[in-house]
Amino acid sequence: MLNMFTHARRMAGRALVGAAALALAGGGVASAQETIKVGVLHSLSGTMAISETTLKDTVLFMVQEQNAAGGVLGKKLEAVVVDPASNWPLFAEKARELIAKEKVAVVFGCWTSVSRKSVLPVFKELNSILFYPVQYEGEESERNVFYTGAAPNQQAIPAVDYLMANEDVERWVLAGTDYVYPRTTNKILEAYLKSKGVKEEDIMINYTPFGHSDWQTIVADIKKFGSAGKKTAVVSTINGDANVPFYKELGNQGIKATDIPVVAFSVGEEELAGIDTKPLLGHLAAWNYFQSVDVPENADFIKKWQAYTKNDKRVTNDPMEATVIGFNMWVKAVEKAGTTDADAVIDALIGITVPNLSGGFSAMMPNHHITKPVLIGEIKEDGQFDIVEQTPGLIVAEEWSPYLEGSKDLIADWRKPLNCGNFNVKTGKCGGAGQ
Amino acid sequence: MTSSARLFRLARVLCSALALLLAAALVQRAEAQDISAALSQLTTNKYDDTEAALGALALSGSPAAAGIVSALADGKLVFGGLPPRVFIEGPGGALLDPLTMQPAADAPAVKPVRVNNRVRRAIEAANGALSLVSPDAGKRREAALAVGRSRDEAALPALEMALAKESDPKVKSAMNLARASILIAKEGITPAERIAAVELVGAEGNQDALAILRSVPESAAPEVKQAAAVAIEGIERNLAMWGMAQNVWYGLSLGSVLLLAAIGLAITFGVMGVINMAHGEMVMLGAYTTFVVQEVIRTSYPGLFDASLLIAIPLAFLFTGLIGVLIERTVIRFLYGRALETLLATWGISLILQQAIRTIFGPTNREVGAPSWMSGSFEIGHLSITSGRLWIIVFALLVFFALLATLRLTRIGLEMRAVTQNRRMAASMGIRTNWVDAMTFGLGSGIAGIAGVALSQIDNVSPNLGQSYIIDSFLVVVFGGVGNLWGTLVGAMTLGVANKLLEPYAGAVLGKIALLVIVILFIQKRPRGLFALKGRSIET
Amino acid sequence: MSMTRQPALLGTSGLIFLAVLFVAAVLVPVLNLYAAPDSAVHVPTYVVSLLGKYLTYALLALSVDLIWGYVGILSLGQGAFFALGGYAMGMYLMRQIGTRGVYGDPVLPDFMVFLNWKELPWFWYGFDMFPFAALMVLLAPGLLALVFGWFAFRSRVTGVYLSIITQAMTFALLLAFFRNDMGFGGNNGLTDFKDILGFNIQADGTRLTLFVLSALALGLGYILCRFLVRSHFGKVLVAVRDAETRVRFTGYRAENYKLVAFVVSAMLAGIAGALYVPQVGIINPSEFSPANSIEIIVWVAVGGRGTLVGAALGAVLVNYAKTYFTSGMLAPYWLFMLGGLFVAVTLFLPKGIVGTYYDWREKRRQHDDIPDEPLATPRPAE
Repeated sequence: MLNMFTHARRMAGRALVGAAALALAGGGVASAQETIKVGVLHSLSGTMAISETTLKDTVLFMVQEQNAAGGVLGKKLEAVVVDPASNWPLFAEKARELIAKEKVAVVFGCWTSVSRKSVLPVFKELNSILFYPVQYEGEESERNVFYTGAAPNQQAIPAVDYLMANEDVERWVLAGTDYVYPRTTNKILEAYLKSKGVKEEDIMINYTPFGHSDWQTIVADIKKFGSAGKKTAVVSTINGDANVPFYKELGNQGIKATDIPVVAFSVGEEELAGIDTKPLLGHLAAWNYFQSVDVPENADFIKKWQAYTKNDKRVTNDPMEATVIGFNMWVKAVEKAGTTDADAVIDALIGITVPNLSGGFSAMMPNHHITKPVLIGEIKEDGQFDIVEQTPGLIVAEEWSPYLEGSKDLIADWRKPLNCGNFNVKTGKCGGAGQ
Repeated sequence: MTSSARLFRLARVLCSALALLLAAALVQRAEAQDISAALSQLTTNKYDDTEAALGALALSGSPAAAGIVSALADGKLVFGGLPPRVFIEGPGGALLDPLTMQPAADAPAVKPVRVNNRVRRAIEAANGALSLVSPDAGKRREAALAVGRSRDEAALPALEMALAKESDPKVKSAMNLARASILIAKEGITPAERIAAVELVGAEGNQDALAILRSVPESAAPEVKQAAAVAIEGIERNLAMWGMAQNVWYGLSLGSVLLLAAIGLAITFGVMGVINMAHGEMVMLGAYTTFVVQEVIRTSYPGLFDASLLIAIPLAFLFTGLIGVLIERTVIRFLYGRALETLLATWGISLILQQAIRTIFGPTNREVGAPSWMSGSFEIGHLSITSGRLWIIVFALLVFFALLATLRLTRIGLEMRAVTQNRRMAASMGIRTNWVDAMTFGLGSGIAGIAGVALSQIDNVSPNLGQSYIIDSFLVVVFGGVGNLWGTLVGAMTLGVANKLLEPYAGAVLGKIALLVIVILFIQKRPRGLFALKGRSIET
Repeated sequence: MSMTRQPALLGTSGLIFLAVLFVAAVLVPVLNLYAAPDSAVHVPTYVVSLLGKYLTYALLALSVDLIWGYVGILSLGQGAFFALGGYAMGMYLMRQIGTRGVYGDPVLPDFMVFLNWKELPWFWYGFDMFPFAALMVLLAPGLLALVFGWFAFRSRVTGVYLSIITQAMTFALLLAFFRNDMGFGGNNGLTDFKDILGFNIQADGTRLTLFVLSALALGLGYILCRFLVRSHFGKVLVAVRDAETRVRFTGYRAENYKLVAFVVSAMLAGIAGALYVPQVGIINPSEFSPANSIEIIVWVAVGGRGTLVGAALGAVLVNYAKTYFTSGMLAPYWLFMLGGLFVAVTLFLPKGIVGTYYDWREKRRQHDDIPDEPLATPRPAE
């Protein structure tokens, strides 16, 4: 901390010198060699602070735990926190700062797809490691990125299967915020549902902008769509801020989970903490972890987390678990490689297995995604989830969806000799589906 | 309206229940055996078993069944011990025997029997089946409606039997309708019977009737198809009109939200000329005041929850008004006559307020609940109206007229108008312009605060709340005409209704874009908004 | 104000500004390439990109100052022109990716492949050629400004009304570009660029070239603006700012003067956007967000409205503060500082840093009758 502070003062002093170029030159050459720096790249202000702040705290918590357990390779870890302020170009700038200036060994960060896309070139260019902890649309596998959140087949498809099997749903509303995750997920789901014999007219797709707050018309449409005599469900990929008014409107118009259940992929314990959950009783969410998972590992984690945050009501959620898994995997890989050198750690990470918080183990696969169980939960009155279904085994991520035209022939395998994120099994070439 | 999906499910269970009840009436009871089997099924804690047990309970005729089902619904049905047994958790956590309702001899560790959506529906069905013998006509009617929705031919005999016994005209007509719904698609009935059914269903005129009418089989006689086509066309025309009315209602509701968001700005920006970018944050502070009030009520005075909003309104007004006065005294008052610089300073203030709230309450959404009188919905014709929205419209209008009255009828209102119109003249008439400035800004901020109380009911209570309204608010005030409260009212309602009328055709996003373009073009036509202030000061 | 002598085109502060810019444009590449990486004067590459970004912001601020400081048009939609220029450049960079995208499609950008698009939309034609893209960098914002300004100025929409409809314009564009169906990549925007004019976009040499080009564009932009406001045309602009009606009564078509300034300003913003995109590596609809446009206004106000140099200085300072405050232990408090800075500047430096400096110099030189920068600062009353 002291080191950072003096450094900051030095920078401030220089800023006053006229030519900023000269002032910025050669910042931070000498610093203590005794720590390993860990970058934290989560928005602490702006629209995404609502979700990302918790993940920053999670990484800080994990760093503290790890240091208490003796650090890594005999060195203490030091977290370097920056605030990219929900501003996508700033994400790229801050990533560069973390890697090039702060010389961090690894970065935990990003939430939205666009922030990941924004920093991707930076991680490739400077050859560093990013752990990305949020469920996303897939269709990506990069050498420098490790995806510890769910790919669509680790969340969306099991949820739909559950509704078909347990609620006899025949008619589907795919409602999402208009950005790449819902678009892709819905494309995959649409293809999947059709392959299961659902007719075109039994699928309604609807997109709304970010932060959409007036849901009257759309909820009325859903109600109308659901009154055609067939059991109807809503698959919601509605993002963050728009969820609260959406659920409030569902409650207002009297749609209960026993009528038209809504299964959401972006609503977790953290989001529910801000909603009056009584009208939401029985609506569903699909994740790879719930706070209500009843295993000793989880109880232990929750206890330590609440002690760390000094708040016995502080909830845990799925992206937090993904962060924890990623962090533990990185620690294990560094110890295996005996160095924090990016290339060595990237190679060491594949095959690393660590306990997850739902009582099993998650492994880093050659496609840089991890294996996960899928859990379906129904919202309870206390804002927690009642786990109504859990896949019997672990699911391997399909980073390239077989249900999408452009990616059905692609696979990713970062082991030698393939060493490729988009290998085309038809043409036998690395580099996508191009002719 | 009770939703069809639930009724559909309910109906399936009911149909079998009805048939079985008829059978059970002939065969004598053996429920003692049944119910203990059902109870042991509940201890497996599997949803399938729980559902089956509920079916058995519903048909058992045991006097304890209703109590067990409602305990399950309330999460009071627990199981435990070796071998596992079911108990009902009584007041104070005492374990009661479910059959006798006497305290259990031992108290093993217990877990509640879990419930999911499927079980919840089975609970409703079981309640329905049990209440079919109850004298409640409403419940009988609901069951009839459910049968109609299911269009399950197997239910026809049971339905006809119940119909013969029914005396209540309302329930009877529901049963008749249910029967017609089934007959429409049934094989082997005469065209005349089918046409009668089509007419009966067609007279309902709603969305469900449409779905039923569309199920006339291909093999039906041409005159039947003809009659169905005519009925469908009539309903569609009728529903299209109601749909339009519904959209207007949604528009008014959206308009009232815009009005609430903009009305405080109509004072600080419209009347005082301060480009108040911190307006949205005043709304946010109002919403957080509501949160704090509800927190206090939840922990200390749970009985007052339904009054929480009424308590929050004056508090939010005072609190945000005070913050407003503070901002005016420390910053704005140095900037009069430099309108564009107020933009800068208030922008800075808005950043500070957002971050302050984020630091104090955390970055996540906070929970603000709805009092019971704001929940639910009712229907007028085919128009569905939710109480929450209705209250927001009423509230927005109340605030508007209260504000108008304050400006028109009170002394401070007069002084406010005087100061904003001609500061020097007002000063020389002995008005304390400084004080009036502070009060005006405080009034605008306070109004924004009570808007926040209302908006907490429909939107996120998060530090970003204000940001999502600020653009729309400015647009409303400018569209209506700066400095004119009526303009703000008409502007908000026009934009709200136009938005909702465009939405079905263009979608939510394109509709909004189209509306923005229309406003931009409208301003070209009337550069001073809908209600331009007349006078020589026009070119400032 | 009697002016016996027409001041020089550039003036002292202008000369200093250009000199600093020139020194930076020479020194930064030299120190980046030739200074030993561990020496105290070495400029790391990330600082080069950072400075390059600041310079494009400075150009953007300059474009705002031209219309706000000298014509009195407070555009809350300047970010839209910046973003349009950025998108034009981004589309060119997208087409340059060719088969190197993750799907390897030779024509379609990745985001189109993955939404199952079959062919390139018509408005993407031509963007594989740099000259066309460069032309669009000017034309897209220029045309929008022309159409928008033509309507608005002809119907004499002024003051806050104009500000609010410019805000509505950028908000509408924000919503439009967010839509995935528009064909501009939706929320993710355009990213993962590979090279520009055949040069690897991540190579140090390319970064330095882009940095030097940004400095050049800023320098030329400054000279252009300075030239405009010093000319007869510029005098009319200032007159329009201070008393539009009187200008009209004297026989000038005020709206045409405003329109020209507005279009030039939009094109400058477009150029800034085009230089910004390859340096930050992404263009996304959030650049259209009204908050961004307000921030530009804030930069200008901090530096000093109606001083040109001040606008550029404000942009660099505020953004440097942002970079600085968002790292390290200050991160949780940076919004307090930024917000506090804006309030403080309006209260204590109402004319901005450079404007205040001019006032101070003016006072000192009261008996020297060398009117060096007499024209620029606008009257505070608005």
